[in-house]
Amino acid sequence: MVTMPKPDAAVLARREAIVKALRAIVPGEGVIASEREMKPYESDGLTAYRQMPMVVVLPSTTGQVSAVLKYCHDNGIKVVPRGAGTSLSGGALPLGDGVLLGMAKFNRIHSIDYANRVAVVGPGVTNLAVSTAVAHAGFYYAPDPSSQIACTIGGNVAENSGGVHCLKYGMTTNNVLGCELVLINGEILRFGGKHLDSAGYDLLGIITGSEGLLGVVTEITVRLLKKPETARAVLVGFYSSEDAGECVSKIIGAGIIPGGMEMMDKPAIHAVEEFVHAGYPLDVEALLIVELDGPGAEVNHLIERIDRIAKQCRATSCKVSNSEEERLLFWAGRKAAFPAVGRISPDYYCMDGTIPRAKLPLVLARMREMSAKYELGVANVFHAGDGNLHPLILYDANKPGELERCEAFGAEILRLCVEVGGVLTGEHGVGVEKRDLMPVMFTEEDLKQQQRLKCAFDDKGLLNPGKVFPTLHRCAELGRMHVHHGQTAFPDLPRF
Amino acid sequence: MADPLKVRDARDVETAVRWAIAQSKTLEIVGRGSKRALGRPAQWDATLDLSALNGVTLYEPEELVLTAQAGTPLREIESLVDRSNQELAFEPMDYGPLLGMPHGRSSIGGAIVTNLSGPRRIKAGAARDHFLGFSGVSGRGETFKSGGRVVKNVTGYDLCKLMAGSWGTLAALTEITIKVLPRAETEMTLVVQGLVDAGAAKAMAAAMGSPCDVSGAAHLPARVAAQLLPGLGAGKAATVFRIEGVEPSVVHRARVLSELMKSYGALAMVEPQRSRHLWRAIRDVTPFGADGPVGTYPVWRISTAPTEGAELARLISEDIEAEFIFDWAGGLIWAVLAPSDDAGEAIVRAATTICGGHAMLVRAPAAIRAMVPVFAPEEGALAALTARVKHGFDPQGALNPGRMWAGI
Ligand SMILES: Cc1cc2nc3c(=O)[nH]c(=O)nc-3n(C[C@H](O)[C@H](O)[C@H](O)COP(=O)(O)OP(=O)(O)OC[C@H]3O[C@@H](n4cnc5c(N)ncnc54)[C@H](O)[C@@H]3O)c2cc1C
Repeated sequence: MVTMPKPDAAVLARREAIVKALRAIVPGEGVIASEREMKPYESDGLTAYRQMPMVVVLPSTTGQVSAVLKYCHDNGIKVVPRGAGTSLSGGALPLGDGVLLGMAKFNRIHSIDYANRVAVVGPGVTNLAVSTAVAHAGFYYAPDPSSQIACTIGGNVAENSGGVHCLKYGMTTNNVLGCELVLINGEILRFGGKHLDSAGYDLLGIITGSEGLLGVVTEITVRLLKKPETARAVLVGFYSSEDAGECVSKIIGAGIIPGGMEMMDKPAIHAVEEFVHAGYPLDVEALLIVELDGPGAEVNHLIERIDRIAKQCRATSCKVSNSEEERLLFWAGRKAAFPAVGRISPDYYCMDGTIPRAKLPLVLARMREMSAKYELGVANVFHAGDGNLHPLILYDANKPGELERCEAFGAEILRLCVEVGGVLTGEHGVGVEKRDLMPVMFTEEDLKQQQRLKCAFDDKGLLNPGKVFPTLHRCAELGRMHVHHGQTAFPDLPRF
Repeated sequence: MADPLKVRDARDVETAVRWAIAQSKTLEIVGRGSKRALGRPAQWDATLDLSALNGVTLYEPEELVLTAQAGTPLREIESLVDRSNQELAFEPMDYGPLLGMPHGRSSIGGAIVTNLSGPRRIKAGAARDHFLGFSGVSGRGETFKSGGRVVKNVTGYDLCKLMAGSWGTLAALTEITIKVLPRAETEMTLVVQGLVDAGAAKAMAAAMGSPCDVSGAAHLPARVAAQLLPGLGAGKAATVFRIEGVEPSVVHRARVLSELMKSYGALAMVEPQRSRHLWRAIRDVTPFGADGPVGTYPVWRISTAPTEGAELARLISEDIEAEFIFDWAGGLIWAVLAPSDDAGEAIVRAATTICGGHAMLVRAPAAIRAMVPVFAPEEGALAALTARVKHGFDPQGALNPGRMWAGI
């Protein structure tokens, strides 16, 4: 398990005064200090980690956020922002000596502008609520994490969340145009808006995916897209994951970027089919769901081509959805993959590495070996188009040592992802979960440079410390210039 | 010109930057020099020439990724991926025609750090959206990397976004990984004739709000339309819509869009080959090119909300003689203004203050670019944050200082 920074006894000793000061900023029920009421905030989607916060604050205006942060900055108090708490990497895990800043009350959609195809929303608005609000006009918000009923746009921005459609439509970062951000010193900044691109440094781009370490997002401008005329899905079974992988490569090689392209391995297919009866074939090693969206003429044309490619790749079955119900049924299985696996195992641990797709057979084979070594089962769901793996490791937290084995298994998978040219996380974020694996992918210099950026936003390191970076450095130390001796002569480079 | 340092490899870049730091010198970072006339004309002590960092080191069409050394000519990359029926979907523009420089001279590094894009920006994004990873040398003389070579990655801060649009003021990039995408099989352009600016804005909003998946929406004034679409409705403005994809889809969407647009004005259809030339000309703003009738006049690039474009242009033309090309469904305005002491800076900034968005002076004599802000000025907490970000990467101001703003 990852260890969190030690609580500051001096801060804890002042708890009563701190709560009082916060109540002066956020009146009424906006400050929660009782153990019982704080309980729901003690962990996020990474439930293996739990920690009660010092106090929970639920502001409802940008002014309050600014005042709370300024107070914390002035008094050296740590702050952990939180949306809906669905993070799978422990990004919203509280700190014992910190304020947990819940953004749930920012749940208003401020405006919808169809002519410019944007909506301005509060960070506490759920992902699905945006699409629902504009559905009547035929629009939607493209990034669609599986947690979209619950997770918030603020959380999506902080994690740069993806979804099954992000191969074609991009991640959160490609679908937000502006935001309002409050810095830890209380300053309120605005980036972007209804126009494209930044006038100066792309600070919106850096906020997106910053896991709550740079500032608190209080408003977001998102891009709306017109719903495609139609969508159809194809369900393709294969006797080997090699064949399935080859099929994915050939589809992309043929110039087709499907709206979604998902893969499941045998254990996942079986768990899912028992749970939702989606009609998945059970005699296959790998199953692909390929969704095409656009005008009917295009979708039908491409489905024919995909059917041909699938046959070339030795598909054992190929079923095309013939109605909207059937399309949704194909997806129902994939969308229920996590709960389905939850039924066959007391606990499961969801991993999130990305690999170059061509390495899939190798990675799956190595994962089977690891599964034997750690004596834990694993089921794989996979955003096949972009190489984003979600191995679900099956374990039982009540059996001594299983959680530790499971974490070691997970870490070995992620190391393998990096080894084959991939990365530690494709969409769930580093958080606490992958924090100590960062040196597998980055050098000390890489990490220090990232932390210098953090210093530009948060000089005292008060926002969400203990997440993302394995070693905390003081900004003064990071800022110090190395003098490179012997570099005083004009460099010995050829000149014109 | 400042003393040029021609590096041979990434190590040389580190050596050169360390020398600059130790000697308190400033460096101008140059890829292939195609955009040296853009930005503030500051004085640097030496020029760091990256053009020898040349070559594609990885290209896997089925993984949609390409890695190249930063000085690799963009043209070479584009023709390489074209052979696999792929493209850089952000459609990087060529500043050559506007600036009166040789055409097609940009390096991939230059395209990325200036966050280039083209008409397809409204659908596919800009360079920032296709930039997956890099290696580079900071103004501390230290080599660092960020991102990766896979298309989906959230490990650590997304420094790629920060580098795209930093104009070489944060780091000298040495290697770049980008996402490539399949090129459309065919394309067609629908022309709506004779719309006034405000009417065109409405037509473009309607098209973008349709399921026709338009990948280019621009409005050309009559003089420009006559030049780019000769023989088509002479003397009339043209509002143009590009539709790309597989043949049956393009045919279908063109029909649906025509149906939608027929109440706006007379329609015409442009065939694939001419369509490609048209959008290349719009991308590179050739009607305002240095060799044309307005070739010596100042040019501004203004980004605003699409529905504000027409009003913004009207405000400018109230105060100065001007001509506009509207791209990005009205959200990108290329404005050429009659020459004046400040290249129309006060007028343009006043209009963006009212309508929202930001403006950059892309063409003006060096003396004027030295005098008026070229990039939209920043103030207060935002300016302070920008300065702190710069300081974190380049504390001594060794890399392209003053290129964007004085002191950055
Ligand atoms: C069943 C399940 C399925 C999932 N599927 C997907 C998926 O398909 N794709 C995907 O990408 N993710 C998925 N996730 C992960 C998770 O839902 C996303 O990371 C989501 O964006 C988190 O949003 P949240 O509102 O719950 O944020 P939280 O979990 O509350 O917080 C996440 C991070 O954001 C920060 N934060 C939250 N709000 C703000 C704010 N206003 N300002 C600054 N920082 C803030 C927090 O400090 C924390 O670091 C899934 C999770 C679950 C439980």
